[in-house]
Amino acid sequence: MPKFEYAPAPESRAIVSLRESYGLFIDGEFTPGLDGRVFKTISPATEEVLAEVTEAGPADVDRAVTAARKAYEHTWAAMPGTARAKYLFRIARIVQEKARELAVLESLDNGKPIRESRDVDIPLVAAHFFYYAGWADKLEYAGYGPAPRPLGVAGQVIPWNFPLLMLAWKIAPALACGNTVVLKPAETTPLTALAFAEICQQADLPPGVVNIVTGAGETGRALVTHPGIDKVAFTGSTEVGKEIARACAPTRKKLTLELGGKAANIVFEDAPIDQAVEGIVNGIFFNQGHVCCAGSRLLVQESVQDEVLAALRRRLGTLRLGDPLDKNTDVGAINSAAQLARIRELSDVGEAEGAQRWSPPCDLPVKGFWFPPTLFTGVSQAHRIAREEIFGPVLSVLTFRTPAEAVEKANNTPYGLSAGVWTDKGSLILWMASRLRAGVVWANTFNKFDPTSPFGGYKESGYGREGGRHGLEAYLDA
Amino acid sequence: MPDSAVRADGAARIAVRKTYKLYIGGAFPRSESGRSYVVTDHKGRFLANAAMGSRKDARDAVTAARKAFAGWSAATAYNRGQVLYRVAELLEGRRAQFVAEVRTAEGLGPRHAEALVDAAIDRWVWYAGWADKIAQVRGAANPVAGPYFNFSLPEPTGVVAVIAPEASSLLGFVSVVAPAVVSGNTVVALASERFPLPAVSLSEVLATSDVPAGVINVLTGRTAEIAPWLASHMDVNAIDLSGAPDSLADDLAVAAAENLKRVVRAGDQDWTLTPRLDRMLAYLETKTVWHPAGT
Repeated sequence: MPKFEYAPAPESRAIVSLRESYGLFIDGEFTPGLDGRVFKTISPATEEVLAEVTEAGPADVDRAVTAARKAYEHTWAAMPGTARAKYLFRIARIVQEKARELAVLESLDNGKPIRESRDVDIPLVAAHFFYYAGWADKLEYAGYGPAPRPLGVAGQVIPWNFPLLMLAWKIAPALACGNTVVLKPAETTPLTALAFAEICQQADLPPGVVNIVTGAGETGRALVTHPGIDKVAFTGSTEVGKEIARACAPTRKKLTLELGGKAANIVFEDAPIDQAVEGIVNGIFFNQGHVCCAGSRLLVQESVQDEVLAALRRRLGTLRLGDPLDKNTDVGAINSAAQLARIRELSDVGEAEGAQRWSPPCDLPVKGFWFPPTLFTGVSQAHRIAREEIFGPVLSVLTFRTPAEAVEKANNTPYGLSAGVWTDKGSLILWMASRLRAGVVWANTFNKFDPTSPFGGYKESGYGREGGRHGLEAYLDA
Repeated sequence: MPDSAVRADGAARIAVRKTYKLYIGGAFPRSESGRSYVVTDHKGRFLANAAMGSRKDARDAVTAARKAFAGWSAATAYNRGQVLYRVAELLEGRRAQFVAEVRTAEGLGPRHAEALVDAAIDRWVWYAGWADKIAQVRGAANPVAGPYFNFSLPEPTGVVAVIAPEASSLLGFVSVVAPAVVSGNTVVALASERFPLPAVSLSEVLATSDVPAGVINVLTGRTAEIAPWLASHMDVNAIDLSGAPDSLADDLAVAAAENLKRVVRAGDQDWTLTPRLDRMLAYLETKTVWHPAGT
């Protein structure tokens, strides 16, 4: 296969105007933190400091919850659904208007390729607000009783892998149902959430309906344990999810959790191999593998193992890793030094436990956090790289002989977020789909998302659904 | 049941008493611990020795429920509906027995006990009808923006542990067990500690009414002893804390977080009212399937 060379095609970052420092967004205004603590957010591709961000302490979280409570009681819950809908439609439109700016900002702060932030993240953000806007005045038809009520103030904590998209998944349904929110973006990716605060201002969203508090784990803990909130929504690691579940257990806070995964992507011998290889690549290398539903375990039928692996290795050789703002880039930067260390550690364990490691020849930039697309073959179910979520561009390959064995291996995990099935046989797809214990099953495709499509896990991948009519339940007293 | 009766010839007949045992995997074992505890009526008179279930019994029951899950969850909805209806049929046939048992256990007047048993029978019928409808009410075809067919279906979450209500020995028990099994979950139910006997008698009905072995398992014993083992069991997917006192329920909910069990904390309530859907929905996962549409 000829290797094509590409001239650099960087997206201009001039469209983004960053402030030197950002306060917290509380009650409709940017405000400094009470104890003056700040932290820096950097570009993971260059380690360049992008801006200084406020670390919200417990007193700041308390201010935000108070503002949200006031807005809930005096403004938002009492507002007719038709009016709430219009605000959400406005937000969707402003996101579309600022789409390029938000995409560049996301790629800068997160390290993901501009191709993904531009074509996947930001369009889905707008679509999500547009979808839930339409529900705001139709809740009585959603199947949760004749007059479903909002819960009150929602405390929401989101991860760094899809920063603005996860914000949309949290805020859009919450506001549509009449709740107000205090949201904490991830420590390493606060910038698009702060840009969203400015969008709320442009939309004239009433003060206090959306509050953004930046910070790390301590800020998140202060938020989810605050007695003034009625609802906790968390997306992140299973470990932290369990901690939150324990903290909320003695309270009457409604809790939804979207946690980790270790999805099986299952390729049968009759699958169209080229399409399957594209699906495998999309399944694990999309967003550098920083995807909770990533297809991190490839289960390939023994009879086509050699063919699939050869095609996969060929395809990996064509992936371009580098500058996230370059429109040709397929694989961007790892989001943080800490995440890179975890990926390295688990990959080293994979080798130490006896699996064979392979990466295509791939020059890594000197500055920033990078990890090459990596395949492990000869992986057994007992290996840590087959059991633990790596959250990076690392694929573990296992084999199977029969559909029953594929199901057995796919389900042999405490997680249950997603799964993929590749075969030409329709009846086998439906047979597999009914037996895979996972919240999303992609058949002959992978990593597809849509605001109308419920998303969420079985078992230790969490509970509750986001997206679709089902996503309303998390924010209604149903 | 009357313990003795005067026969025509004037001699008292000595009644044959029942041994109240556990119901695990379709069999009626005593507690492996060899323990029992005294169950009295509302006036404190001896009724029976009920099995005092242990940690091992609870674990055996979970194993039985897990083993039964694959078959029961794969049964057609029509079939599950018929099985639940069959429970109602057999319960109706033993209505007088259950009225007497509930009456004796809870110390109720005859009318009241009859109303509760009738409601329990009718509850099986109500849930039986849901078996092949809940997927239509809770499922969806999702209009995604792309060339895909995308649908969502409810599926059972797995093994459900139920701490049955303390005050309502039969109707409460049925009201928390039926919503779990109707959709394909399997259940380990801990009967009311004070009034365990009607639930044990119900397991005799279950054993003879086409409910596959292991789909419903019934434990009796001390709630404070057994419930923590169920709440912390890593192969239990959901738990209903209805029968746990508030102080214990908090601890159980914390223990349940260890493997992120789905937790129902609706508390005790008026079980005679028509149920809402929430109990059934609590044990359902939503699965969404995508497939490309093309030529």
